Parts: sequence; structure tokens; C-alpha cells
Amino acid sequence: MAAVLESLLREEVSVAAAVRWIARSAQSSEAAALRSLRPLRKEFVPFLLNFLREQSSRVLPQGPPTPAKAPGSSAALPGRPGGPSRGGRGARSQLFPPAEPSSAAAAEAPPARRGGRRRGPGPGRERGGRGPGGLEEGVGGESPPWAAGRRRRSSGSPGSPGRARSDPPNLSNLEEFPPVGSLPPGPAGRTKPSRRINPTPVSEERSLSKPKTCFTSPPISCVPSSQPSVPDTSPWGHGLPPGCRSLQEEREMLRKERSKHLQQSPTPACPTSESGSPLPSRTGNLTAEAADPARVSSRQRLELIALIYSSCIAENLVPNLFLELFFILQLLTARRMVAAKDSDLEPTPGAPDSLESPLFQSVHDCVFFAVQVLEHQFQVLSYLDKGTLKLLAENERLLCFSPALQGRLKAAYEGSVAKVSLAMPPSAQAVSFQPETDNRANFSSDRAFHTFKKQRDVFFEVLREWEDRHEEPGWDFEKGLGSRIRAMMGQLSAACSHSHFVRLFQKQLLQMCQSPGGTGGTVLGEAPDVLNMLGADKLGRLRRLQERLVAPQSSGGPCPPPTFPGCQGFFRDFILSASSFQFNQHLMDSLSLKIRELNSLALPQPEPSDEDGESDVDWQGERRQFAVVLLSLRLLAKFLGFVAFLPYRGPEPPPTRELQDSILALRSQVPPALDVRALLQQGLRARRAVLTVPWLVEFLSLADHIVPLLDYYRSIFVVLLHLHRSLVLSKESEGEMCFLNKLLLLAVLGWLFQIPTVPEDLFFLEEGQLDAFEVDTVPSEHGLDGMPVVDQHLLYTCCPYIGELRKLLASWVSGSSGRSGGFVRKITPTTTTTGLGAQPPHTTQGLQAQLAQAFFHNQPPSLRRTVEFVAERIGSNCVKHIKATLVADLVHQAESLLREQLVMQGQDGGDPAQLLEILCSQLCPHGAQALTRGREFCQKKSPGAVRALLPEETPAAVLSSAENIAVGLATEKACAWLSANITALIRREVKAAVSRTLRAQGPEPAARGERRGCSRACEHHAPLPSHLISEIKVHSSPPPCDVLSLAVGPRDPEEGISLDHLEQLLGQLGQTLQCRQFLCPPAEQHLAKCSVDLASLLVADQIPVLGPPAPRGLERGQARRLLHLLLSLWKDGFQVPVPLQLLLSPRNVGLLADTRPREWDLLLFLLRELVEKGLMGRPEIEACLGSLRDAQWPKDFSEELATLFNLFLAEPPMPEPQLRACELVQTNRGTVLAQS
Amino acid sequence: MILTKAQYDEIAQCLVSVPPTRQSLRKLKQTFPSQSQATLLSIFSQEYQKHIKRTHAKHHTSEAIETYYQRYLNGVGRNGTAPVLLELANEVDYAPSLMARIILERFLQEHEETPPSKSVINSMLRDPSQIPDGVLANQVYQCIVNDCCYGPLVDCIKHAIGHEHEVLLRDLLLEKNLSFLDEDQLRAKGYDKTPDFILQVPVAVEGHIIHWIESKASFGDECSHHAYLHDQFWSYWNRFGPGLVIYWYGFIQELDCNRERGILLKACFPTDIVTLCHSIA
Repeated sequence: MAAVLESLLREEVSVAAAVRWIARSAQSSEAAALRSLRPLRKEFVPFLLNFLREQSSRVLPQGPPTPAKAPGSSAALPGRPGGPSRGGRGARSQLFPPAEPSSAAAAEAPPARRGGRRRGPGPGRERGGRGPGGLEEGVGGESPPWAAGRRRRSSGSPGSPGRARSDPPNLSNLEEFPPVGSLPPGPAGRTKPSRRINPTPVSEERSLSKPKTCFTSPPISCVPSSQPSVPDTSPWGHGLPPGCRSLQEEREMLRKERSKHLQQSPTPACPTSESGSPLPSRTGNLTAEAADPARVSSRQRLELIALIYSSCIAENLVPNLFLELFFILQLLTARRMVAAKDSDLEPTPGAPDSLESPLFQSVHDCVFFAVQVLEHQFQVLSYLDKGTLKLLAENERLLCFSPALQGRLKAAYEGSVAKVSLAMPPSAQAVSFQPETDNRANFSSDRAFHTFKKQRDVFFEVLREWEDRHEEPGWDFEKGLGSRIRAMMGQLSAACSHSHFVRLFQKQLLQMCQSPGGTGGTVLGEAPDVLNMLGADKLGRLRRLQERLVAPQSSGGPCPPPTFPGCQGFFRDFILSASSFQFNQHLMDSLSLKIRELNSLALPQPEPSDEDGESDVDWQGERRQFAVVLLSLRLLAKFLGFVAFLPYRGPEPPPTRELQDSILALRSQVPPALDVRALLQQGLRARRAVLTVPWLVEFLSLADHIVPLLDYYRSIFVVLLHLHRSLVLSKESEGEMCFLNKLLLLAVLGWLFQIPTVPEDLFFLEEGQLDAFEVDTVPSEHGLDGMPVVDQHLLYTCCPYIGELRKLLASWVSGSSGRSGGFVRKITPTTTTTGLGAQPPHTTQGLQAQLAQAFFHNQPPSLRRTVEFVAERIGSNCVKHIKATLVADLVHQAESLLREQLVMQGQDGGDPAQLLEILCSQLCPHGAQALTRGREFCQKKSPGAVRALLPEETPAAVLSSAENIAVGLATEKACAWLSANITALIRREVKAAVSRTLRAQGPEPAARGERRGCSRACEHHAPLPSHLISEIKVHSSPPPCDVLSLAVGPRDPEEGISLDHLEQLLGQLGQTLQCRQFLCPPAEQHLAKCSVDLASLLVADQIPVLGPPAPRGLERGQARRLLHLLLSLWKDGFQVPVPLQLLLSPRNVGLLADTRPREWDLLLFLLRELVEKGLMGRPEIEACLGSLRDAQWPKDFSEELATLFNLFLAEPPMPEPQLRACELVQTNRGTVLAQS
Repeated sequence: MILTKAQYDEIAQCLVSVPPTRQSLRKLKQTFPSQSQATLLSIFSQEYQKHIKRTHAKHHTSEAIETYYQRYLNGVGRNGTAPVLLELANEVDYAPSLMARIILERFLQEHEETPPSKSVINSMLRDPSQIPDGVLANQVYQCIVNDCCYGPLVDCIKHAIGHEHEVLLRDLLLEKNLSFLDEDQLRAKGYDKTPDFILQVPVAVEGHIIHWIESKASFGDECSHHAYLHDQFWSYWNRFGPGLVIYWYGFIQELDCNRERGILLKACFPTDIVTLCHSIA
């Protein structure tokens, strides 16, 4: 590999030829110098990347050794892990050293580290390893030997003034100087997918050594004095890649070590403490060294390497474009060179073609190189968001090294409209209740319906509690909500209930989480997902750990692992806590269906190059719709991946080959949850990769370790790799994908290749495999790929990690140490949820449909949308219209038929089911009219709607065509539904009417409707019924007016009621009964009863009337007047039955028994009046009186009662009966009659 | 009438162990002349109910029932027309209506072969003339009309007040031209939870979006509000989004803390209503 690089440096081979060689695109014109190196081709890029990372390790903060380790490390120099043998070209190829000696620190250090990739817990900083090259050097106390050597010798380069510093900052203290864009140290960091460029052969010795990242292998200038025990130390040096061991063996070693480590330290300690080095506190500001173009060493060499590096980037030969950009920006913003003390490392200007001397000898070199690369990458840069462009354009180093580039960036900044806003997402709303899907008719039983009612409430209760509490320290999802969730899930017995709940769950998920930041006000931060790495069994403990360690400002770095940020965390934890197989299955079904549906949604059609503003307005709508669909798909696919692979998720890949094989054999026969391969192929064919690939990536990102090894998924990865390679940004031609579309795909694919579960050798596949792949794309102009559907906003929404570039630049400006996050807010996308599914998939058929398609082809897309929208709505309204007219008429007919039937057959009317059948057989044939009426309706309504929605200048012919198509589509839709469903609809409605009618026949007379309402002129000023009941009964104000309680007692001697007040009260009662505005039947019934009680008290002279001198009984005339009032109220006021028979209840009549002397005439008067006014019939009263005699009374009372009875039986009523007890007893019937 | 927690506590403090009679009410009104009477009454009723809930069990032990029944029998044996039952209830600090129920149940147990059903007892309480014993009927009646917190009459009053305020709210909505679906319409459509009114076009009240309105003709204290939140308001939110609760007799100010979350409290019909403008500016 180094040979290739050196041929380049010596200009034996042109850069272009080299890139062609690497990209295998021009086999015929292969440079002679490279031909012999052909087997090395696929190794070149990883070599180059690692080379650059290593070279930069002195510049980037993590390069310098840990001070405490310095002395030791110098002594240990010969045995430095991974130290390749010095000298000789072959030695350079040992940048991926196959073997490493165990170092002093080996015992305590996590050994399993290869290529910077780590899966198990350990103190190492996983993601730094894969991210910014060399960032991790020195972690865990390991320091690069070369650095140590230099330091020891204290002979720094002139360009490193910082070396004289008395108190050097402990740059390897990750707590204080975390790699830019990475997480704070701790287990959190572990979960980051680590970057590895290429499988690095590892020996057992190596595996025991310190963690080592591929980018941090010692540079070639370092001299390892002794080679480790593995004899074949330089497989690649001999030009044969898989020289020593199979990758499989290495993996197994890794696994062993990982599991060993897992056992040893289930709760990993902070890496810095494990390193054993005392950690000096942060030493103030870290001033940046000024970079000077004049002091750049070996320009030519840097230019050349920058060129070939840029070419590799441009050809997508690097796995992750943005990772490289991040690296370049790190170089640009390198603060200072670590003191170079090794004279070996002094610039050697005379040997530019040599790789012996370090590439970056000073900050000047770094900046020069970075600016060179940036110049080549200008196109990509110009598509970044405005903030990043501004920071780049304002970067003084960039200005200093390339004013031209700065000018271009400035222009790009000024021309850019791609501001990624920070607007807050809308607050979470609950899924609304939709009677069509949620009412009783959708459930199998009342019980299921009510259970779901409760579940909906529990679900939101849990969600609210989560919102309130998930950020509280010490709060644990499982502990706080787990049992409630499981109890709720336990009630979902019927499959139907599961599907209801899943629908609710999925809708709520889409509603809350469409944007990656989640919503609901609070965002969990991009907490690294420990759960992705470890099994669910360790869930609770790990989650607590995670909560303790995740710093709120942490962000994922340029390649964060898949996470469930914000509200997504709730849904993930809900699934985990519910741990319900049925739920998961239903959820997968539902997610798959929705994904298919959205993936095939008809999205904007291409528009002929119409450059006026209107089309742009339309495009905004198209883009927004695309964004909504894309984000929904990504979310759904992520959760589908999560649930689908959940049962297979484990902390690590299977430990042995045999085990893995058996798992593979087992898994390969399991059909995929969703046939994503077919969908991917369809998407590519239809040129909809820009829609399909991003969600597929989300799905795959949650796969377990075995998945990429399965044939099915492996073939998907091959396709994706090919796609990645084909997305060359600089290619712009007819039929090519739009630039931002490509950029989005590159970003998501690059991210996917970094996921821990994706095998590290996957990106650098055998070329044969790639060559064998043919993209079967039919160049179709109609594909989404060729349309500018992606904008910066969507790009940043889907790939928030691109924002790390801006953070890095901003941290340079702010002069901070590069701790990420904090001052630059995470991009919170604002995506409206409107419009989703607003465009229905059109159901056009036949020639007419083809004509319509052709018609739309040359019209603005808004026209099509309008017509489809109108057709959809009118069609839907048509069905409702038929329901409200034709069906309603039929129901009325059914009701009258039924009533006839009931009259004929007597009250019970026979079997309801039979009745229904009879009615339906008569009425359903009328349903045929629905189609005619439906056609009429669509014909009538559609044109107006289309006209109203289209711009006025639409040509008449276009307009009338649009109208006709709308009518046709609406009719088609409506008639299709009606012809299929009208009979069932009529049946259902008639059935409901029948049961309604039959119910109305029941014991309760349905007199309710008529009672309400008072005269039109009424102003509803009558006293409120509740007030009146209170007045009559007990409380309310002002006293004394609590008539009944006063009368019934106990009462104070001075308490009483004024006659005026009593009369007023009855007057008010009359008003209230007249104005029925506030009257409800129960209140009226009570009023009626109270009035009867009042009458009884009057009859028995029990009302204490206020008045001078003391409360006394009413005079008889007064009592009669009041009774008259009551009688007329009973007659005309009340509309409920008045319980008049209570007047003759033993209790009320008994009131008379207590009075002395007894006054019977009022009762007799009352009874006669009742008969007179028709309020009670004589027989009724006689029956009451008769039953009174059965009660037990004092003897004299019984006698008087009997007399009264006899008197009443004698007609007619007397106008002014003067009846006293004595008279009743002493006079005979004749006397009384004579008096009357 | 929106009270602060402190104001409310002051009132509630005065109500500890006060019998639910009209005399007590009168006293309360004199103590807090500045508060509306309806509010005081509502608070009084709620506090008394809380008190009864706390002490309910001790009145229902078989010993207690037996003691009460014997005292009742002795009392009416001495004088059937004296307010025996009412005084007994007041003396043992229990609601007269509930005391009447205890005695009635006990009485029926003694005089009938089968233990009385709940509906029979309720019916007799509603209409004491059905009680076979005339003296007991009078006693029971006296208890019921003198109880201002429990009993069929009070239930009816509460129901009527609730209904009246719903009607009032409906009229106000109509007056403001806000189209709505009422509870009956919602039930007919098969909604599983039904607020009093759902607005067909949402409005904003004091800057908060309102989809539904619930009328509560009572004072919103902590206890009842939390029960309502759990059983009703959150359920409405879960289905229809944010909404408005009107506590016509006021509420504790501190309870109005879910505005941002989507539950707004008011003590009257809001004046600051912003409707959706149909014309496009």
C-alpha cells in the first residue's frame, strides 16, 4: 500500500490513474506501475485513511501521551503495542499490525480492540476510534511510542511552541478534552459504533494489549524494536492480504475477549481512572497556534495526497463522506502540534517523495492539507446549511490559506437559503377518537369496547407520567410504569383489541416522533443506546447506568449509533416493558402494512421545467409531503427493525464459528418480517431510492449481529454498497439523481456502514461481488430520484450528525476545547404533520384513466392534486349524502312499516330478527337508486369544487377536462363503495331503527321530547328549579324559607314562614313550570312531590306562619287560597305525573292525627277539588281512603276517618265546608250536608 | 369565585365537624360574608362528604347499628313526635339521611322475612310514606328534609343544578355562534367518553386551544378535581385534545396548573374567545 502511495508521490503514477485503479473503473488503462499491485487495490483506501489518521494523531488533541505514562512508555517503547518494525517498505504496511506484544498495561486494559471497533463494555472510547482519527490515542494510558520518545528528548520542532509550556493540558484526559463531537467518556461512549476501516488481523497477543483503534496505529516512523511473537507479522507487506489468520479466527478471539471483559467488569469504570493516571485538572484555555501558509513543509507531497484523498472521497471509495469531512475540519481547526521531540520527525524537505517523514509536521501542514481537500470538496460544502457555511467562510485559517475558497464559500453562504431552523416542534397531542374506527360497532363485545376505553386512558396516563418524570434522576421506566403497562396489556385478550391498541400506538408514535428530536417539549438528548448493545435482560440496570452517565449536552458525534431520542424512547421502552408477544406481532404487522402503504404512495410527478414562481410554490408543498412521508417511513421502519430483531438481539455476536453457523442455518429459514429486498429492488427500479433507502437504512440499523451474515440481508447490503459507489456527486447529467438526494443517501448509507452490527469488512468487499451486481434501473424520468425532493432541512433532519461539522467549527470559534454540544444546539427540525396521506392513491382504470394521466402529464402537479382531492372528497361526501337522504328515507319507511306491524300484531310485535328480515327484504331493493343518485350528486358537486380550487387563469378547456375527470373519479369512488356496501348499510341502519323503535315501545313512555320549551317570548327569568326545591325543602337563603324542614321541625319557637313568602314561593313555582328552560324531569318530579307534601302540611295546619304575636297556624281561608294555587299548578303547571295519591298516604293523613282540634274540612275540600279539576278520579280516591282504614290509628281518629270517607262518598262538593272533628263525630251525615 | 389554596383552607378549617343543617349554613355565611353563598355551600357539602367518607365505617359496625337502633326505639317509645332520629344523627356526627337509612334497614330486617333490597330502601327514602311504620316514616322524613348534604332531595338538587348549568352553557355557546356536539349527540355517535360539549371548530381561550367544554356546577377542590381529572378530563384530552372545564362555583387557583398540558380551568364562561377566521387575509 505504501508502495502505491510512494509511486504517487514520486509521480510515477498520475493521481487520476491511481483513482481509476482504485475504483476499478478503467482496467484497461491501468498504470504499469500499479498493475503488479492489483491484489492490493481493495486495501488501498483503508490504508490511506489509516495513514492520514495516524499522521494527524499528533495534532489532534488525543495525540499526546498521558504525562504520567510518559516515562514508562518510553521504557516500554520496544514493546509498544502494534509497533511495526521500522524501515523497509513492507513495514509500512503494518499500519494494521497483525500482532502486538502485550504491554505492561495489558492486564488491566480491555484487550479486545481491533480497528477501533469495540462492542463490549470497556473503558475505551469506541467512537473516537472510528471517528476523528487518532483521537483516541493515549486512552487508557497508552501513548504512542513515537510521541513518548520525542517528549523524552525534548527536541520539539520549531513549529511547536506549545511544547515549552510548563503546564501542558492533559489532552488525553477525555473527561476534559473529549474528542470533538463525541460523547463524554464512560459506558455511554462505548455504545457508539466504532469506525474501522478494514479488518485488522489481530493476534492473541494483540488482543491482550491495550485497546487500539485502527486510526491510531503507530506511525511508520516509529521503531518497534522487537516484533511480537507472531511470526508472520506483515501479511500485507508481502502483498497478500489475508496472510496470517482468517478473519473469522480473529473475530472469535475478539469475542472471547469481549465476553471475558464483560464478565470482569459489568459496570465499567471510567476509562481515565482505569488508566491509572492522575488527572490534572483542566488547565485553562488552550490557545490555538497561528497557522502560516509560509511555513508549510513539503507542500507538493501534501497536495498530492490531498488530491488522491479527495479523489477517493469524490468516487465514494470512503465509507462515510461526512466522517472524512469531519476529519478534515478537525485538521483545519487543530489547535497546536504536540511537541515533537524526536529529531527523526524534523521536516525533511529534501525528501518529498518519502513516507519516512511525517506527513503533518506542524499545524501549518495540517491546515494546508485540510484547505486543499476542502477546495476539492467545495461542491459538497456549498450544500451544507447556512450556519456551517458561515463558520467556514469566517474561518481565518481558511482565509489565510485560500482566499479564493473563502470567497466561494462566502458567496455560497450569501446565496444559501438553507437555514435549518430551530423552531420548537408542536406539543404532543393525543390520537383523536374517531367514531368510524373507535365506536362500539368496531368491537366484538361491550367488554372489549370498555376495556379498550380504559386502555386508551391508561396509555395516555403512562405517557403523561413519562413526559413528566423521565428526566428526573433516578426515575426508571420499568420500575415506574412497567407493571401498569403489563397489567394493561394483560387485558388485551381478543385479537381485535390488539389491533385497536396497535393502531392507537402507531398513530401516536407517528404523531409524536416524526422528527428525530421527538417532541413533547423535552428531548432525551441523543442518549447512546446501551440497549442496542446489550440484551433486554440487563435492561433496568443498564438503563439506570445510562441515565447516570449521559450528559445532557451530549450528542452523537458524526456517527452516532441508532438511538431513540426524545419521545421515541417512550415507545421503545413501552415495547420492552410490555414484553408481549402478541403486541409485538400485531405491531409488526401494522408497521409493515403502513410502510408498504407509504412507500408506494404516489408522490409528486415530475414537472416540465417551468421556472416561474408558482411551480416553486407547488414544489414547497411537494417537498413537504415528501419529507413527511420519508420521516414517517423512517420512524416506522426503525420501530419495525427494533421489534423484528428484538428476539435476536444480544450483546455480541456468537462466540464460535460453529454456533454462528448453526444460528445462521436457523435464521436463514425465517422469512423476513417485511420483504425489504423486494421493496428495495422496486425502489431502485422505479428510481425511488431517495425514498426507499433512507427508511431501509433505519430498519437495518437495528439489525442484530447475525443479520448481515444472512444471505437475504447480505444481498441487500451488496445492493446498497453498489448504490453508494454509484452516487458520485460530481456527476450531473440528464437522468442523474439530484445532488441533495444523493447527499442524503450518501449520508445515511455512510452512517449505516458504521453501525456496530454491520460487519467491518463489509464496505471493502471483494470486488468481484460488487462487479457482479447490476443495477436494474430503467432510466425513467418519472422517478423521485431525479426530482429535487430533498432540501437541506430534510437532510439535516434525517442526518442530524451532519450538524457535528458545524459544532466543530463553532467550537473553534468559541475557543473551547472542542467539547461538543452545548453552545450549538442540536438541530430540531420542524416538520408539519399536515398533508400525510392527503393524496390518495388514485384508482384509475382503463383508457379513460390513461387519457387522464396524459392530461395531467403536462399540467402543474397542483392541478392533479386538486382534482384527486376533490374527487376523493366529493366521492366520500356522496356516500354520506346517500346515507343522509336515501338511507334515511328508507329508515323512516322502516319505522312506519314497523309501527304498522306492531299495531297489527299487538304490542310485542314478534321476533325482532324476523321483523328485521321482513323490513330488509322490502327496503333493500331500493338501494339500487343509490348509484343513480350518487352519480347525480358527483355530477352536481364536483365541478364547482374544482373551479373554486384552481387558479382563475386556468384555460377553459383545461378546466372543463379537470372538472370532468373529477366527476368521473368521484363517481367511480362513490359508486364502487355504494354498489359494494349499500345493502349492508341499509340493513345496519334499519336494524338500529328497529331496535330503537322496539325500545321506545317499552315501559318508559318517550314523552321527553315534547316537554321541553316555553313560549317564544319567554326570557327564562323564572327561578331555577334547584333554587325552588331548596326553598321548599331545606337550605338556601335567606331564611326563613325552608318550608318543609321548618314545618317538619324541629324548629326554634320564633321560627316561621310568612304567608307572603309562601304565596310568593308558589307563584315562583308557577313561573318555573311555565318557563321550562332549566327544568329537567327529576327536578320537576321532586317539585311535584314537594308540592304534595306542602299541601298535606297545609291540610294538617302544620305550617307555622310568622306573625304578630307569635307563629301560629294558618287561617282557613288562607290555607284554602294556597291550596287553590297548588291545585292549579297541579292541573296546568306540571307535566310530570304529580303523586297526588300521597295526599292520602297514611303518613300525610297521620299529620292530622296530631292536631287538636282536628280540621277535616280542608282535606275534604282538597279531595273534592281534586275530583272537580279532574286531577284524581273518584274511584282512585276511594281506593286510597279504603286503604287508609287498614292502617293502625287511634280509635277516635279511625272513626273520624270513616266519617270523612262517608262524607266524601256523598256528593256533591260543598263550596264552603265548615267541618270540624266534633261535627264529624257528633252530627250525622244529613246535618253536614244541610250545612253545606 | 377562584380561591387560593390558603383561602380555601381557611374555609375548610371552619367546617370541621359541623352538622349539615341549615343552622350551620347560616353561621358559615356570617363568617365568610365576602364569599358567594353557592361557593360556600358547595365547599361545605364537599367537606362534609369527605368527613362522612372518613367516618362512614365506624357507623356501620354491627355494634354501632345496634346501639343506634336501640336508642331510636327508646326515643320514639318515649315520644314518637320528637325528632329522635335527627338528634341522634347530630349527636353522633353523622348525616341524618344516612342515619335514617341505617335505622330503616335495621327496622326492615327485623320486620320482614327477607332482607330488604337496596332499591326498596332507596324507594322508601324517596317516599317515606311507603315505610310500613308511621312513626319511622315521619322520623325518616324529618331526617331527609333536614339534611343538606345527603339524601334523595339533595341528590335531586345537585342534579338539577348540574343540568341548569349545562343549559346555561349551551345557551352561551349558541349565543356566541359556536357550533358544538352535546353529550347526547356524542353518545349517539358511539363516543366512549363524552364531555358536555365538543366544539366542532376549536377555539382559543386565553391563548389555549379548546376542543371541548365540561361544565361542573360545584366548587373545584383538590379531591374532586383529581377524581375528575382521572375519570373525565384526561380521558377527554386523550380523545379530543385540550379543553376547558368551567367550575361555576369556583376552584382552587393552584389546581389550574395543566393549562399548557391542555386542561384549562375557569369559574365562568370565558370572555376571551378567539375563533378561527374563515376569510383568508
